[in-house]
Amino acid sequence: MSLDPATVRRIAKLARIHLDDDDELPRLQKELNTILGYVEQLAEVNVEGVMPLSGGMEIAMRMREDVVNDGGYPEKILANAPDRIGDFFAVPKVVE
Amino acid sequence: MSYTIEGATGPWELVIGLEVHAQIISKSKLFSGAATDFGAIENSQVSFIDAGFPGMLPVINRECVAQAVRTGLGLEAHINLVSRFDRKNYFYADLPQGYQISQYKHPIVGAGKIEIQLESGDVRTIGITRLHLEQDAGKSMHDQHASKSLVDLNRSGIALMEIVSEPDMRSPEEAGAYLRKLRTIVRYLGTCDGNMDEGSMRADVNVSVRKPGEAFRTRCEIKNVNSIRFVMQAVEAEARRQVGVWEAGGTVDQETRLFDPTRGETRSMRSKEDAHDYRYFPEPDLQPLVLDESWIEELKCSLPELPDQKYTRLMRDYGIPPYDAAILVMERSTADFYELVVRGRDGKLVSNWMLGDFFAGLNRTGRTIETSPVSANNFGYLLDLITDGTINGKIAKEILEIMIDTGEAPRAIVEARGLRQVTDTGAIDAAIAQVMEANADKVAEYRSGKEKLFGYFVGQVMKAMSGKGNPALVNEALKKKL
Amino acid sequence: MKTLDWTIVETLAALDSGQVSALELTEAHIAAVESLNPHLNAFITITSEIARKQAHAADVARRAGAAPALAGIPLAIKDLFCSENVRTTAGSKILGPFIPPYESTVSGKLFSAGAVMLGKANLDEFAMGSSNITSAYGPAANPWKRGDGAKLVPGGSSGGSASAVAARIAMGATGTDTGGSIRQPASFCGIAGIKPTYGRCSRFGIIAFASSLDQAGPMARSVEDCAVLLEVMSGFDPKDSTSADRTVPNFRAACGRNIAGMRVGIPVEYRVSGMAPEIEKLWQAGIDWLKHEGAEIFDVSLPHTKYGLAVYYIVAPAEASSNLARYDGVRFGTRVEGEDLIELYERTRAAGFGAEVKRRIMIGTYVLSEGYYDAYYLKAQKIRSLILRDFREAFANVDVLLTPTTPSAAFAIGEKMDDPVTMYLNDVFTVPASLAGVPAMSVPAGLDSCGLPLGLQVIGRHFDEESVFAIAAALERAADFRSLPALRAGATP
Repeated sequence: MSLDPATVRRIAKLARIHLDDDDELPRLQKELNTILGYVEQLAEVNVEGVMPLSGGMEIAMRMREDVVNDGGYPEKILANAPDRIGDFFAVPKVVE
Repeated sequence: MSYTIEGATGPWELVIGLEVHAQIISKSKLFSGAATDFGAIENSQVSFIDAGFPGMLPVINRECVAQAVRTGLGLEAHINLVSRFDRKNYFYADLPQGYQISQYKHPIVGAGKIEIQLESGDVRTIGITRLHLEQDAGKSMHDQHASKSLVDLNRSGIALMEIVSEPDMRSPEEAGAYLRKLRTIVRYLGTCDGNMDEGSMRADVNVSVRKPGEAFRTRCEIKNVNSIRFVMQAVEAEARRQVGVWEAGGTVDQETRLFDPTRGETRSMRSKEDAHDYRYFPEPDLQPLVLDESWIEELKCSLPELPDQKYTRLMRDYGIPPYDAAILVMERSTADFYELVVRGRDGKLVSNWMLGDFFAGLNRTGRTIETSPVSANNFGYLLDLITDGTINGKIAKEILEIMIDTGEAPRAIVEARGLRQVTDTGAIDAAIAQVMEANADKVAEYRSGKEKLFGYFVGQVMKAMSGKGNPALVNEALKKKL
Repeated sequence: MKTLDWTIVETLAALDSGQVSALELTEAHIAAVESLNPHLNAFITITSEIARKQAHAADVARRAGAAPALAGIPLAIKDLFCSENVRTTAGSKILGPFIPPYESTVSGKLFSAGAVMLGKANLDEFAMGSSNITSAYGPAANPWKRGDGAKLVPGGSSGGSASAVAARIAMGATGTDTGGSIRQPASFCGIAGIKPTYGRCSRFGIIAFASSLDQAGPMARSVEDCAVLLEVMSGFDPKDSTSADRTVPNFRAACGRNIAGMRVGIPVEYRVSGMAPEIEKLWQAGIDWLKHEGAEIFDVSLPHTKYGLAVYYIVAPAEASSNLARYDGVRFGTRVEGEDLIELYERTRAAGFGAEVKRRIMIGTYVLSEGYYDAYYLKAQKIRSLILRDFREAFANVDVLLTPTTPSAAFAIGEKMDDPVTMYLNDVFTVPASLAGVPAMSVPAGLDSCGLPLGLQVIGRHFDEESVFAIAAALERAADFRSLPALRAGATP
């Protein structure tokens, strides 16, 4: 499988990364295809009946008790914000 | 008669499925210890986890899992002993992590069902496909500032149950009845408060139309409808739109739409269109959710009586008609109130007074059973006063009004205001004599055969007695004197 | 100053005996950092004032007879661990202005044990790299030199940590390892480093790269020092669902175990074609040393080893593409404004991420996207299962595995950079243990023909770091590795 420029553009869009068409796009296309070419070898492995391993540890999840012991520090939440208005985060207006 | 929309080419049938997002009642969030109260100061109920800060990790809240299981049991659904969380990836200002933790492939609850009752009295069963756990997003406000959208993350991370129905509904009425019933069930269970106006229950409505007997046609999803009335309106509006499209020779595109209640129509939501590749994959920060059968059994044993069971029992135990029972079980608090009052009293008397004057009074003062100033005890005492003849029905109504306004006990009101029914025949006779004297002409008319005037005399006598006369005794005495 | 050459274990004894104070020790290190960091770029942020305060507190505690386990030991903290009120960058421009209002669990445990933070160590951007070249704050340098004088990479991603420890400007360091990020730089810089079992150390507060693989671990100049540090860093954390609820063994005691009768496996698949003869020779030397100490040697097979790297380069970028979605310029970090929200995202992320990070986000996004998930991601997860099964089967017969850590010694900036895959091949020996979640340690064992250090890797069963420490300590004793890097505190550069 080899990525064409349109696909690279679509992935970049999904990943929300602006790509410079003249320079970055062709370079990334080449690099991504090298990587995909390398991982192509996995096709030869027979995985019939094999369960996927998703996590680093396949044990049952621990659950915590329903207690309020976090939050309540809006100043800390907002302290790093590049833009805020009052106690809100601010972003360019979204038109829905 | 099944519901159809009459088009130019004949009748069209509706196919409706609902995806309901129900906010779980819990003290803290699904994956963090931040509080969940509604209406707090912006970004004050946010932990670093909810705000998607670097290095933050989710840890699941046992109570939220229990609530999902309870709801599943209430929907008579299959509980999956092993379920998993996935990440649903997309970018939005109120989605701090850039993904929502949800259960995509392996939900905690599988197939179940809900029975709904229609106006006609028909009962229909609507299938539940699944129920899964997920976290809510924050809230973006677009109308607070000229050039910016403002983001509050208080809601971010609150536990949601997404309850997906089968496409089993066939009319706006059924959609409304399904939602009402679902809301009743989650309220009974105490798993969701069902307040649609606060957004704690929201519905995505899937609608398609078809000619009777056909397979399903393309459906559209109407996102985030926030009242039962709007759901019913949206279904109707969207179905009519689709009939129009098909009949004009067009095709309906599968898309996400929004319902505009002021215009009563749906419109396409283009902004979300390009973002539908969610790249789901198993959430690596969380292991599989494995439930213990004995724990589920424990939860099952502690479930409250559900509305359907209660409905049957109320009719059986208290001899009330289906209509009364249906209204009483709509809210658990109403049924609870009824059962407190009815102990040792007549079932029908209690339901008549509760569903009639008492509810009217609460409505008038903008209150509910939960905020009622009239306690179940006092309400019962009022009915006792009627039963033992201390007051008559008319006075009882007046006393009930006073109780609703002041919260006072009925006996105290009766005593303080001298509202005790008059059964002293001497006093009744005196009042009758007074009325007959003042209306000598009418007495003559009556005696000459105009018997219709009897009611007039009763009214005058009661008036003279400030309404306190025992109606039976007044009638009896009047007949004698006249 | 001689103290800078001490191991942590030696230093703790010296502190306890009053031979040196924590403050003196810290001042010596601060001075060494000041003089050497301009050459090494091992630290992104230097926190001398914090270090002095912590050292002072350690002295006070020690005088009161209440010195905790690491009181006064100066460390470098990889800049992937969030430090409360100290800028934490992950080596990325996008977190340039980020000041976490919280401390990572692991660094918090170290400081509670009295450790001193000299600064935040350089790393590949978001821990993605094997060279430290991808750091937005300039590459850290390897303190070792080869004959041609070329500037060598310290390895990565924990390159700054390795560089600082090797150059004796820190006594130990925290690292994180996702596919070899502790072991490979340890090997390149001639120090020891262990990636413990997945779940042994909490990931809370460590900036995530690939959640199912990331593990914190110590880097130090001796196996025993690593054991001392790991004992403090380990332990159950209720804030990390993947943290293991297990008691922490006495790792330090394990270093002194007699290894006679222990069963050591030599995985045949690690004998890759074209392996440098000096690596092969060192590996054989390791086998001989262990035999000499009474260990039994067995050939074992891990048949899916060759697919490890390909699996890794699907799984890790996939998780990373999702983990890095939060860097969007809204709540923290650098923002580049845009006409609308989407443009803000796209410009912020285009400007904030470096080339390697973008590459991996793109690959990760692609392998998770509709229509490709099954062919790439799901398939990789299945082969990951097979790799885990390989290890389980091997460990049914042996206690540990012995392999080289890397296929070569440290390379120079500019080498191995023709294409991304050539660079990725650095991780070929370290990635399988990461995929299986088993503990693995690199021990300096010798020099290559250019005089550069080479490491041997010891891999153990899940939660059996003790066997790893026992074998690693035996190798360390036998190798008697005493060579010193050209650039180091006390030596004239």
